[in-house]
Amino acid sequence: MPAMDDGAAVTAEAVFREEHGRLLAALARRFGDLDLAEEVAADAIEAALVHWPARGVPPNPGAWLMTTARRKAVDRLRRDKAYAARLALLQVEADRAAPPATGDELPDERLQLFFTCAHPALPAEDRGALTLRCLAGLTTPEVARAYLVPQETMAKRIVRAKKKIREARIPFRVPGPDELPGRLPGVLQVLYSIFTEGYTASSGPDLQRRDLADEAIRLARILHRLLPAEREVTGLLGLMLLIHARRDARTGPAGELVLLDDQDRGRWDRPMIEEGLRLVPAALAGGPPGPYGVQAAIAALHDEAADVATTDWPQIVALYDVLLTLVPSPIVRLNRAAAIAMRDGPEAGLALLDELAAEPRLRRHHPYPAARADLLQRLGRRTEAAAAYRQALTLAGTAPERALIQRRLTELEEPDEGP
Amino acid sequence: MKYMLLINSAPIDDAGQIPEDDPCEIQKWIEFDKAITDAGVVVDSASLADLTTATTVRVNEAGERVITTDGPFAETREILGGYYVVDVPDLDAALDWAARCPGARDGGSIVVRPVGDL
Repeated sequence: MPAMDDGAAVTAEAVFREEHGRLLAALARRFGDLDLAEEVAADAIEAALVHWPARGVPPNPGAWLMTTARRKAVDRLRRDKAYAARLALLQVEADRAAPPATGDELPDERLQLFFTCAHPALPAEDRGALTLRCLAGLTTPEVARAYLVPQETMAKRIVRAKKKIREARIPFRVPGPDELPGRLPGVLQVLYSIFTEGYTASSGPDLQRRDLADEAIRLARILHRLLPAEREVTGLLGLMLLIHARRDARTGPAGELVLLDDQDRGRWDRPMIEEGLRLVPAALAGGPPGPYGVQAAIAALHDEAADVATTDWPQIVALYDVLLTLVPSPIVRLNRAAAIAMRDGPEAGLALLDELAAEPRLRRHHPYPAARADLLQRLGRRTEAAAAYRQALTLAGTAPERALIQRRLTELEEPDEGP
Repeated sequence: MKYMLLINSAPIDDAGQIPEDDPCEIQKWIEFDKAITDAGVVVDSASLADLTTATTVRVNEAGERVITTDGPFAETREILGGYYVVDVPDLDAALDWAARCPGARDGGSIVVRPVGDL
């Protein structure tokens, strides 16, 4: 084996990352088996790392990888007749379902894989992991790190999910037009949960795991390219970009959490905001809006405003009204109440928040007492505000969230004048 | 690919009453059975008699038969009422048939399990 040329290795790595999902999807579709697809995809990458430094990267790296992987698969199936017999059966059915593609261009079959990884027959917790593994090309240890679980646990979960795909035969196919409205939200939910998981770690010292949010955006971009006419895909990509654009302003110099109101808006990522803003009209046009489109529109209004005072609160409240008809959840009502407080004053917001006191879903949701505390403080009801902050403190999951609430509480309890 | 559709009735109520079969309900079952049979996917199917007729057999460590009759009134739970074995291309097709089955409605559920090959 020739000595590895660093430049070629870097190129191969970049190509691998870009092509991995595509390669895996095409192989899974062809052989109906994710394990075989992963195995021969890895073999093909390994072969590329040997050959490309010596002979140069081929003009069409994706096709080279695909050809090599297919050859490896044939070798593998020659060695294992029983496996081959089972897969041959799958193959006949797969071919019957879709005529083989013609032409030089490799068909992009990642859409099938998106739907397989987000299939409702898989445990919800495994869908994101599988999507990161198969479509974002993360290794199992990387996925484990992303979800803060031991590597062994993640390996078991991925094996279990793949076993179910294989043995219960979850198909590699795009749902038909009549099924799509029922299945697409599941795929979007997986991507959004990867994004939020990366954005606000639910526990632990680090508030953000940005690479996970970056992966979610990368996946949403792929999905948007594959389904350009699906407005909720457009809305989801827009929403992620408009939130992620604020990432640098979201933490202070000591890593502390900074809320939207106090963020230095000069540190927001303008090109990313511009990109997100361009997506919002398409997400909202041509029919009743979906929840991601509406949330993107709300995020857009925040991103366009110079500060909290000049934010278009009436418009934000109107959008929350629309969102509430689409997603009648107490979390949406909480956010709407906060927007009402900005439009009509803290008293009006507090009245709405108090209506939510009995909501079971808000009982352990720290933003609820934190929002109440903020409004109580603005109304000068300091004792009640302090009690609400203390309640929020017991519910907050991450260290930066707790630190922020503690800071608010300390400010509140510091006497304005001397003793 | 063969899947078994295990049809579970809705949990019975505290009094152990299974809702009376109304003609409308029976008509739905007849229609479903005709549709799934006409589609040519049914390998086998059966509807089970009332749970009061069931007998449970266990063989203990001494090799003795232990026979129990499991009354339906002990607890509120789902009861297996019947099954279909279907031969369809993939899980989505099996889930589609399960969703069309009247047993999936009104608190009942269908468990879809691939038939293992030995």
